[in-house]
Amino acid sequence: MKFAKSHEWIRVEGDAAPGAVATIGVSAYAVEALTDLVFMQLPAVGAPVTAGEPFGEIESVKAVSDLYAPCSGEVVEVHTELPDNLDLLGSDPYGKGWIIKIKLADPSQLDALMDQAAYDASVSDGSH
Amino acid sequence: MPFAGWEMPVQYASIVEEHLATRSGCGLFDVSHMGRLAVSGPKSREWLDRMLTRSVADLQPGGVRYTLITDDNGGRGVRILDDALVACEADDRFALVVNGSNRDRVVAWLRSRLPSEGVMLEDHTQQTAMIAVQGPAAMGIVTSLASSADAERINALKNYRCCAAAVAGHSAAVSRTGYTGEDGVELVVAAEDAVAMWEALLAADAAARPCGLGARDTLRLEAGMPLYGHELVEDTNPFAIGLGRGVSLEGRSFPGSEPLAAMQKGPPATKRVGLVLSGKRPAREGSGVFASGGAEQLGLVTSGSFAPSLGVPVAMAMVDPSLAEPGTQLEVDIRGSRQPATVSPLPFPGWRQQV
Repeated sequence: MKFAKSHEWIRVEGDAAPGAVATIGVSAYAVEALTDLVFMQLPAVGAPVTAGEPFGEIESVKAVSDLYAPCSGEVVEVHTELPDNLDLLGSDPYGKGWIIKIKLADPSQLDALMDQAAYDASVSDGSH
Repeated sequence: MPFAGWEMPVQYASIVEEHLATRSGCGLFDVSHMGRLAVSGPKSREWLDRMLTRSVADLQPGGVRYTLITDDNGGRGVRILDDALVACEADDRFALVVNGSNRDRVVAWLRSRLPSEGVMLEDHTQQTAMIAVQGPAAMGIVTSLASSADAERINALKNYRCCAAAVAGHSAAVSRTGYTGEDGVELVVAAEDAVAMWEALLAADAAARPCGLGARDTLRLEAGMPLYGHELVEDTNPFAIGLGRGVSLEGRSFPGSEPLAAMQKGPPATKRVGLVLSGKRPAREGSGVFASGGAEQLGLVTSGSFAPSLGVPVAMAMVDPSLAEPGTQLEVDIRGSRQPATVSPLPFPGWRQQV
């Protein structure tokens, strides 16, 4: 599992080859920081996503935040029950709280992301 | 979060939990960023009466009034500088509480109009602190920290009345006012007593909970209270947003009173309404409001969020008077997507459990 500075995680199923499917979610740290989630806007299956660009929105009582794609690709599956069960993001952020699955366009983009240790360090020293 | 030069918590933990704790028990709000001004002297009453949209000529010691502070926009009309509470502490001594973001310009404006003698204006914001204690348990908590005589006086305060009392051993100005729609008081204490007062209030009852600006905003939104900078801005027609009670024109003259009198006579161009959104997505300030299926924008959201006590997104908006009737079906443009919304009376019905 790799992490983006913008707090999304991505996990590749199987080998990280072009066309491999990867699951995307948001980190436990981000969910806790957002708190009071009320709304989520997700893309449609088939939509293209671009590394570093918004693919959806998550909204708390306080504010709207964009969700950024850690890697480019095409949406192949959307967790459609999630917007009605936002608690899953907090209770199981790396499992049942997954958001979308994409077909990776360029697996080399994974190399620019942080591993768990680097991500944990980045959020604990406040440099995120 | 920096706010008007102050470090303010938006939330201590969860806005929703803090909001609900205030509705069911007691929320403690550090509102020390609000400006606290003292006006005193033998001519203070007469001068303030010529400066504020509400009369203080007949305001007795212990009375508090909601007022606007206006200037005459250089003789070209009226400009609303702020909304405020004015409290009469003695025949020749008044306290003004103004918004933190407007404090500097309000002080500058009032100073520019001070007479050469007989009125003293002091800004006590830095030397004092202000804590709002709000919710059904608030009065019990505050009075539990006072002597029986002081507790009796605090309990006897009606809404918009104030007294001096010792709370947790500290001298406090106690005012039965607030910005949540709940019962409670606002306490002004010396800055050096603030932390001890806060901790005493927190320790007095398990129902007391620290609350941040986020909950303050959702609480006042549900209760339909305007906020300066959102519903109320410099050129707002106060009669269009239900603040006619903040303007007394009869037999009075103050900066901007003539243009305000004209506004009171004419029909307002827009009206303030509540909106209950369909779905879960909150409308935010700046969202456009349309008639159902309409192409022409006929209103603007001024405040919007999720309403924790109602469980739905709500908003306040300024709309064309033809759309202002409760029950009217409208649409709000939220980041490019039209969401149905229903016009609601303010405060939003059901925002507080009936007792």
